[in-house]
Amino acid sequence: MEWPAAVNEKILEDILQFNRLLQMEFDASWEVVPAYNSLTLINNVDSIEFQKVENTLARLYAELDYGAKADRFLWTLPVCYDLEFGIDAEDVAAKLNISLNELVERHSSYEYTVFGIGFLPGFMYLGGLPKNLEINRKATPRLKVGKGAVGLAGKQTGIYPQDSPGGWNIIGNCPIPMFNVKAKKPCFVSVGDKIKFKPISKAEHQLYKIEGEVGIYEPEKIPLNG
Amino acid sequence: MVKVLKSGFFTSIQDNGRFGYRNKGVPISGAMDKKALDKANLLLENPHNAAVLEITMTGPTLLFENRTFICLTGAELSATLNNEPITNYMVHEVKKGDILSYGRLESGFRGYLAVKGGFKTEVVLGSSSQYLPLTPAKCIAEFEELVFEEAANFKPKITALKIDSYFHERELKVRKGPEYGMLSDEQLKLLFSKEFTVAKENNRMAYQLNEFLPKHTHNILTSATLAGTVQVTPAGKLIILMKDGQTTGGYPRVLQLNEEAICVLAQKREGDGVSFKLI
Repeated sequence: MEWPAAVNEKILEDILQFNRLLQMEFDASWEVVPAYNSLTLINNVDSIEFQKVENTLARLYAELDYGAKADRFLWTLPVCYDLEFGIDAEDVAAKLNISLNELVERHSSYEYTVFGIGFLPGFMYLGGLPKNLEINRKATPRLKVGKGAVGLAGKQTGIYPQDSPGGWNIIGNCPIPMFNVKAKKPCFVSVGDKIKFKPISKAEHQLYKIEGEVGIYEPEKIPLNG
Repeated sequence: MVKVLKSGFFTSIQDNGRFGYRNKGVPISGAMDKKALDKANLLLENPHNAAVLEITMTGPTLLFENRTFICLTGAELSATLNNEPITNYMVHEVKKGDILSYGRLESGFRGYLAVKGGFKTEVVLGSSSQYLPLTPAKCIAEFEELVFEEAANFKPKITALKIDSYFHERELKVRKGPEYGMLSDEQLKLLFSKEFTVAKENNRMAYQLNEFLPKHTHNILTSATLAGTVQVTPAGKLIILMKDGQTTGGYPRVLQLNEEAICVLAQKREGDGVSFKLI
């Protein structure tokens, strides 16, 4: 299912509310993937009668109750912006013509919306980067960017959930695993949630990393629609 | 138990796949050639989701430390049991100390080895399929030991199946993808008249094709992708996502392979020809 092609909070809210309704109507043979302006329904078990499903979706959409809102949360994720992790931070600050402190201040003062999760397990497509933090991706991608690296590229900011090649400008590191098979909820963030970054020291980074790996770190969360 | 004496080119544990986590970015994984997986498990009367070994191009050498029954399906990799050739799509009894090894790749690209009851390797988020970093390794390694339950007696209902012939099939059956309408007349003409060849960039994540379509400037907002989704990059490169493929993408999704076509493609290697046929 597709909504108008725009990166837009209203469209996202509509998709999430509809998804909430689907979760109640569709059984476990279905998987639903929301992203930006689309909701993809996949049946893993049966071949389906397309017309029947389409009719059900149309009926459900007509019944959408705009009073009942989907659960959404604001998560505060710790980021260490120390230059040990922020290997491109000086370069980024110079290009944006700001100090390192201003870079950290700006990046950690906004709330970013999760418009999609994909590409890698736990990789969030974040929207809402202010214009004054937009910077081109690196001309030559690195062969390896470390797990937890926090980067800037174009209109995007985000966290690499695992070691991978990448061309983003790295300004810090988040010690909390974005995907952890050992945790009760392997990925605590859902599409529609918001993310805020909180600057932490190297010592805190070390501590949270251990807590994150054993699954006892509880990221701060605030309900958005409550 | 099976002891891995040699691991082969790329041998991994696979089952039907890992479902329920696509919305968190987790690929479904699972056997690339599901037909071959199903037939191996069928012959051994295994649960349909039993874990098998997926063997790519060059096979492993395996030492069996318990009695069991095995079945090989998929690519013809000239397997031998204690140096005696054995036939694919047939149930074979294996005794303690037997050595299974593989030879020349004769047809196809991915072979499957199932044992009675399936391999009992670690289950992560509902699946044994190896996928890094969800599972500790992406494939099996030399000297690793793979666990299964000993099976002393088994009288198979069916002892052999006809050997599959789709390894030589070149036609990929496809349906229109969500962005099919973005294709120009020229792109469409080429897409359905040309024979494409598999690029050297082919693996469990995706198969790229060597020949390009004319360039385009379409961009879409990132949206869900499936195994078998055919994407066209702005440069005109065709990328067909496979079982370990990413769950979202931003290139136009012009075609969608059905499961049968995914099986056909899974048996192709670099340089093999493929064409698309709308169904």
